[in-house]
Amino acid sequence: MDKYNLNNSYKAVVIGGSAGSFQGVVKILAQLPKTFPLPIIMCLHRLKHVRNGFVEALSIKSVVQVVEPIDKESIKKGSVYLAPSNYHMSVELGNHFSMSTEEMVNNSRPAIDITLGTAAYVYRDKLIGILLSGANRDGGLGMKHIKDKGGLTIVQEPTECMIDTMPKAALALTKIDHTLKIDEIVEFLKELDKHYTK
Amino acid sequence: MVQDIDIADLKKITELVQGKYGYDFRNYAMSSFKRRMLRILELKNLTIESLLKKLSDQPSFIEEFLDELTVNVTEMFRDPGFWRIMRDEIIPGILLNHKTFKIWHAGCSSGEEVLSMAILLKEMGIHQDVQLFASDLDVNILEKAKAATYPIKNMELNEKNYIRYEGKKSLKEYYKEENGKAVFDKELMQNVSFRKHDLVKGEIFNKFDLVLCRNVMIYFNQSLQNEVLKKFHESLFKYGYLAIGSKESLIWCDVASKFLVVNNEEKVYKKIKD
Repeated sequence: MDKYNLNNSYKAVVIGGSAGSFQGVVKILAQLPKTFPLPIIMCLHRLKHVRNGFVEALSIKSVVQVVEPIDKESIKKGSVYLAPSNYHMSVELGNHFSMSTEEMVNNSRPAIDITLGTAAYVYRDKLIGILLSGANRDGGLGMKHIKDKGGLTIVQEPTECMIDTMPKAALALTKIDHTLKIDEIVEFLKELDKHYTK
Repeated sequence: MVQDIDIADLKKITELVQGKYGYDFRNYAMSSFKRRMLRILELKNLTIESLLKKLSDQPSFIEEFLDELTVNVTEMFRDPGFWRIMRDEIIPGILLNHKTFKIWHAGCSSGEEVLSMAILLKEMGIHQDVQLFASDLDVNILEKAKAATYPIKNMELNEKNYIRYEGKKSLKEYYKEENGKAVFDKELMQNVSFRKHDLVKGEIFNKFDLVLCRNVMIYFNQSLQNEVLKKFHESLFKYGYLAIGSKESLIWCDVASKFLVVNNEEKVYKKIKD
């Protein structure tokens, strides 16, 4: 039985996270099925002036190499992307990324709301949004955009979060389909994978 | 408050601005252009209809429109590693062949990058030998760049970048604090010529040994990037250098084969073919 009632129509997964999300992301990427069929687009708050190291740290245990895309890079199935430091990262119609140095949003650049909001605009109901632990409200509005377009929304179980401000912001703004622990998010992604490999 | 703008409305705006004022935003990247429009509507308390009306009835509004539309967020010595490469490799490379040379900052915004270059050249002791050109579409921002005066609150980040760049002094030695602003030494801007210039129209106005256009073309779509890069190629002397933003690339552009990658991390290229 499939408790999440999934199907194979999804086109992408977006993940947002901030303080306390690093271990969770590492765990998810380490247990991802090798065949995972969708692009995973991550926007994680990070130090503005440390350009290197983060993507390498995330890649160590990851099944798939994590990449920071360059401007206008095409989004490919099965790739894992990370928003670079000091740029906002948007998803554009035509299935590619674009970078921007616009004003900070929610005191953040990259801002999760921008990545999630533009992904929701492009993928509409074919998008899964996951918001993890974090100490500010960035991402809440992005999750609302995903839900408003008919996408699927997941937040990390607040009691498991090191800091629960971020998932709680999303829970307050919109209907969240699933509130899950990291292990359950891994299980969810494995379930999703099965729908594409049948 | 307007929450979203659909493509048809964005098109109405770009068509009007193009037809009436000759600025062509039709090839700007969509998501950031849309955010800029939403921002203008919010700041000026307008709807799409009232914005269109203002643009068609009030020609004086266009400068204000351009000022809000263009992204003017920048830092001095942004990406300190890039500036170290400029100082330690690129500028010395130019000096091997030319005692005097010319640099173009395309899309200079409020001038922080030009000022950083002026300080770099001064600390290398060659400030007098280099002519700097700084251009932008937005005349209001060019005035700010000329004034070389910035909110003091920005200086903490600028100073941090300068320290990471490993400059010779303290950034404080280059400016005076007046009324909450950092007013930079006018002498630094002495060799800088400012001009209004639209990269989309692509007028070629000089030949350069180094062109910097960092984090400007990210606001364009790929076909416009391609066109603009052709103009940069044309505006460079053979063996001149081109610097673009750390998340930009030449790989998919027509001129890619006419450049050599000098530094892939900091995105510095050298023109090797006419």
